[in-house]
Amino acid sequence: MRASGIVKRYGEREALRGVGLEAAAGEMVAVIGPNGAGKTTLLSILAGIAKPDAGNVESANGEVGWVPQQAALYRRLTVEENLLLFARLEGHDDPHASTGEMLELTGLRERRGEIVARLSGGNQQRINIAIGLLSRPAVLLLDEPSVGLDPRQRARLWEFVSALAGRGTTVIFSTHDIQEAERYGSRLLVLADGEGLFDGPPEGLREAVRREAPEAADQDFETAFVAYLQHRGH
Amino acid sequence: MRGVRWLLLKDLQILRRSPLQAVLLVAYPILIAVLVGFAISRGPEKPRVAFLNEVPAGTRINVGGQELPQANVKGRICSRVECVFVHGRGEAEAKVKSGDALAALILPANLVDKINSLSTLTPGVPEVEVMVNEENAVKAELVDDRITSLLAQANLAIARRIGSEGGHYLNLIVNGGELHAIGGTFHILGLRATASILEAVTAALPKSLRPALEEVTEFAAQARDNLDVAKPLIDRLAQPIAVDKVVVGGESPPLEIFAIAVAATLTLAFVVVLLVAGSLALEREENAFPRLTRGLVSTGGLLGEKVLLGIAIGLAVTLLMLFGMQIFVPLELGRVWLWLIAIVAGGSALAAAGAALGAAAREVRAVSLLAFMVTLPVAFLSLVPSGAVSPTVFDLIRYFTALFPFKPALQAITAALDEAGPGIGGPLLHLAILFAAYTAIARVALRRFSTV
Repeated sequence: MRASGIVKRYGEREALRGVGLEAAAGEMVAVIGPNGAGKTTLLSILAGIAKPDAGNVESANGEVGWVPQQAALYRRLTVEENLLLFARLEGHDDPHASTGEMLELTGLRERRGEIVARLSGGNQQRINIAIGLLSRPAVLLLDEPSVGLDPRQRARLWEFVSALAGRGTTVIFSTHDIQEAERYGSRLLVLADGEGLFDGPPEGLREAVRREAPEAADQDFETAFVAYLQHRGH
Repeated sequence: MRGVRWLLLKDLQILRRSPLQAVLLVAYPILIAVLVGFAISRGPEKPRVAFLNEVPAGTRINVGGQELPQANVKGRICSRVECVFVHGRGEAEAKVKSGDALAALILPANLVDKINSLSTLTPGVPEVEVMVNEENAVKAELVDDRITSLLAQANLAIARRIGSEGGHYLNLIVNGGELHAIGGTFHILGLRATASILEAVTAALPKSLRPALEEVTEFAAQARDNLDVAKPLIDRLAQPIAVDKVVVGGESPPLEIFAIAVAATLTLAFVVVLLVAGSLALEREENAFPRLTRGLVSTGGLLGEKVLLGIAIGLAVTLLMLFGMQIFVPLELGRVWLWLIAIVAGGSALAAAGAALGAAAREVRAVSLLAFMVTLPVAFLSLVPSGAVSPTVFDLIRYFTALFPFKPALQAITAALDEAGPGIGGPLLHLAILFAAYTAIARVALRRFSTV
């Protein structure tokens, strides 16, 4: 997936100012930044939900799966009914087989008949991701997928997503948790106030932080990152 | 189209999953059918009126020394209202205050004396006393109308009696006869006999005296003829203005058919508007709208699915209700195909209006409240008849309600139920225009959903 010079305005406010991004097959790209940085806007544009005011988005390998920040599913339907509905809407030849495959992948086969509203936030997020995967996308966009999950649920979620990347799916996820981005992202894109500040591997970001905010270099990475943002005027 | 089928199935699954909604959709039309059916098959109840008669027993109305026959006042009053007999003013007042009786009617002790004085040189003003509890304006108006009507009837009966007695006296003057008065019987010669006697006497008189007597004879004849004309005039005094009702427009169906049509349209409107608006808002509340419209289904397809859902559920619920009504009021089952056309046309326009409302807010609760706040006053205003308000206000109401599908849906369903009612073509055309307009508004509003 390739995006270049993305600009998005909401009235007078510029939410994105010429942001670019490139992600290869099997790569996990973390889009990080403080609240209001433009992470969700960028992912929405990559997903085709929102239209950019300027710039281009190209996806070479077909389908782009999108998993919004808040679970986009029907809470009064069961796990299986949700998956079956979206498999049918995707036009799968055998929607029941696709549903079974996703139940296996999410580890929710035992809970297939449960109403989604009664599941934990983590399990709802797994179904949310599974629905995004039903289109068998080459690129999977995850908007803050770990928000509201406990540490155990997070670990299971990232294990699941990493396995997808291992099978060749390009994963682009947004987060405001710098440690999570550093741990799971093979590349990081730092956004602040709609501006792209950094694009490279986690080690590159540590180097940039040491270089631009040396006074915070020996503190934990999150504190050093905040100092880096302040040095860059954000 | 494939997507629409699966979305429709999904919405039905969600409806089934909510037991309260499902029960309401079945129970509501049955409840309304039973209530309206009972109401229109039992007819109006008589209002309860506390009745106190203080007139001494045996007192009779006497006009010019002639006692009128017993009027059976109590029987007349109690045939129009349900009389609750009381024994004092305090009890009457308590009954009205407590709401046990809508009003109290008190006939004071001097009522008959006052009526009898009407034929004397010093007539009094007969009065009856009415106590009303005006805590409820509608109730007060109803009681006022009933009591005014009763008194008008009483006045009419008395006036007729007086007129009849007056006619009797006139008859004596014209034709002669026996007058029973002041304890004796008097023979009245009468103008007719007077004229005959004078004519007979005239022939025997000298010619010089005849002209004067002929003038008297002529006067007697003129008086006789004119008094004959006066009798029907006295009769008309009791009811000078007669009513000749001519219906010149507004073919109206029987009341029970109109009541059924109102109940059916109200049900259709609330079920369809709330369901479609709520169901569309649910797509946003569940964050599913952007996911669906990212190529899985078009916004037009989603809109069509919601309209279809509204029509299907609205049709089922309204038909259930109409067949329920059939138990109480026989409906023409041969016109069922017209019912279907009217319900589908009304349901379509109402569903499109519901979709336009559903696009206005994100939360189901907010949308439901909005749908309720729009539907209820529109339904209420649509039932205001001409003449109930000033012409300017009625015109404003007419234009306002024409913008919503409730009134044309009511007209279409009324026409479908009643053969003698107005035509169905106009309302169907009106509904088609509103369907197109609201669909366009909903499509524009749905585009707003898609943007982030």
